[in-house]
Amino acid sequence: MIRIANGQGFWGDWLEAPVRLVEQGPIDYLVLDYLAEVTMSIVQKQKQADPSLGYARDFPPLIGRIAARMKERRVRVVANAGGVNPVACAREVKRLAPELKVAVVLGDDVYDRIDDFLGRGLDLKNLDTAEPLTVIRPHITSANAYIGAFPLAEALATGADVVIAGRSTDTALALAPMVHEFGWRPDQFHLLAAGTIAGHIVECGAQCTGGNCIADWKTIPDFANIGYPIIEAEPDGSFVITKHHGTGGRVSQDTVKEQLLYELGDPHNYITPDCMADFTTVRLSDDGPNRVLVSGIKGRPATPFLKISISYLHGYKAQGTIVYSWPDALEKAQAADAIVRARLNDLGLSFEEIYSEYFGANACHGIAAPANPQPAEVMLRVGVRGKDKRAVDRFTRELIPLVLNGPPTGTGYGDGRPSVREVVAYWPALIPRQEIQTHVEVVE
Amino acid sequence: MKIPLSQIAHGRSGDKGDTSNIGIIAFNEKHYPLLVREVTAERVKAHFGALIEGRVERFELPNLGALNFLCYGALGGGGTLSLRIDAQGKTLAAGLLGMEIDADAAEL
Repeated sequence: MIRIANGQGFWGDWLEAPVRLVEQGPIDYLVLDYLAEVTMSIVQKQKQADPSLGYARDFPPLIGRIAARMKERRVRVVANAGGVNPVACAREVKRLAPELKVAVVLGDDVYDRIDDFLGRGLDLKNLDTAEPLTVIRPHITSANAYIGAFPLAEALATGADVVIAGRSTDTALALAPMVHEFGWRPDQFHLLAAGTIAGHIVECGAQCTGGNCIADWKTIPDFANIGYPIIEAEPDGSFVITKHHGTGGRVSQDTVKEQLLYELGDPHNYITPDCMADFTTVRLSDDGPNRVLVSGIKGRPATPFLKISISYLHGYKAQGTIVYSWPDALEKAQAADAIVRARLNDLGLSFEEIYSEYFGANACHGIAAPANPQPAEVMLRVGVRGKDKRAVDRFTRELIPLVLNGPPTGTGYGDGRPSVREVVAYWPALIPRQEIQTHVEVVE
Repeated sequence: MKIPLSQIAHGRSGDKGDTSNIGIIAFNEKHYPLLVREVTAERVKAHFGALIEGRVERFELPNLGALNFLCYGALGGGGTLSLRIDAQGKTLAAGLLGMEIDADAAEL
């Protein structure tokens, strides 16, 4: 049995979680998931500004903090903290923790290969809309293939204490130690599916140990000291989800089921670079306090494609708010919204979308929200999105005047004009698997 | 009688681009057939009205006593394009659990 813990569900997750995982009990592997879909374009921009950047900057200081404990307790780390510059990330780790052996997985970054792909007739059409990539070609800001567990396992085979990848899948981070330790092969798709689903359960950190849990949330103990998840993985593909003794939160069938359903598409066909996993085969059973046994998982072979995540500059957006108090808070906010729209129209400004929400009334659920005839206050939030930066900028000047020249009780504008932000959007596409060749380097 | 879905189920929701997935899970597996009968794709779409622009597709996970709904065009463009506060659909499961369903006393 090996223990694989997840200490980071996204870049920005709790800084103390990975430290506590190595301090508060036994683990063999610590995996850290840093990359969301738009993160790649952020790090690409950072690298363009400074060639020594372009990775998750939280990661090297964390390793510096836990390096001594990692050595003492023989804990190894697998993380997709490399962004678009895994080697620079590894060098910074080596600078802060010279006693550790660090390996990187390269080959996922295809930003410089887009024209080569297009020239050879790979159209990289949008998986959701079927548009050809040529529509956005000049605006591309990053392009990465999602890589699976086998390249990460190859990096573990070098004996590295720390394995750093770029755009690996979230699930591959936890599957890789199982592939490495148990010798699972690419054709053992039931086992790979089991490890993939284990990875899915822990990939959002504490979201499987009581965080964001709707079931009986008021009875979940000690959120302040919530324990992050640990997989106790067996060579036969069964595993237990648990957390360290004495930590807060809860591991139960309810908390695990909620995370199993999180960001799930067709449950029969959960597609990764490693396999297709079938969530309708998962069996859960209780295995003592804060322990859930997961077994029975079946899968099918991986597809001949890898997914590519492409980001591109779509346009600009801005969002601003004004608060109105009771009485008639919602009516005041609606009147203010109508005035803003009339003025934008009079200015001849057009946008892809103007969207208005009423916080305190129905912003999250629309008509599904319970009726509240007299809310104490309502916050109007108006947003616009479009290709024309000047139009979006002009919009940002149209909200604050309402405090003086619109309905009564407008307040809460203390942050001043809203700022114009770039919209970097995400373009998913497929590419034949053989186009992506990864390799491992040990960084000295 | 009418009961809120939250009496027999919990859930979680999230995003994949402009699609929100809403997982609804029976607290007790004996209530799973009630979920299957009452919480149809059509009812989910009607419950959220204009919030879901596209269709709703339902998948069954009897092994977990759960249903998974894919709500297309539910996130105002999704990701960074969306102008909505809940651009990731994180609150939609709670919103669906507020829906009223029909149940006989014998079924509860």
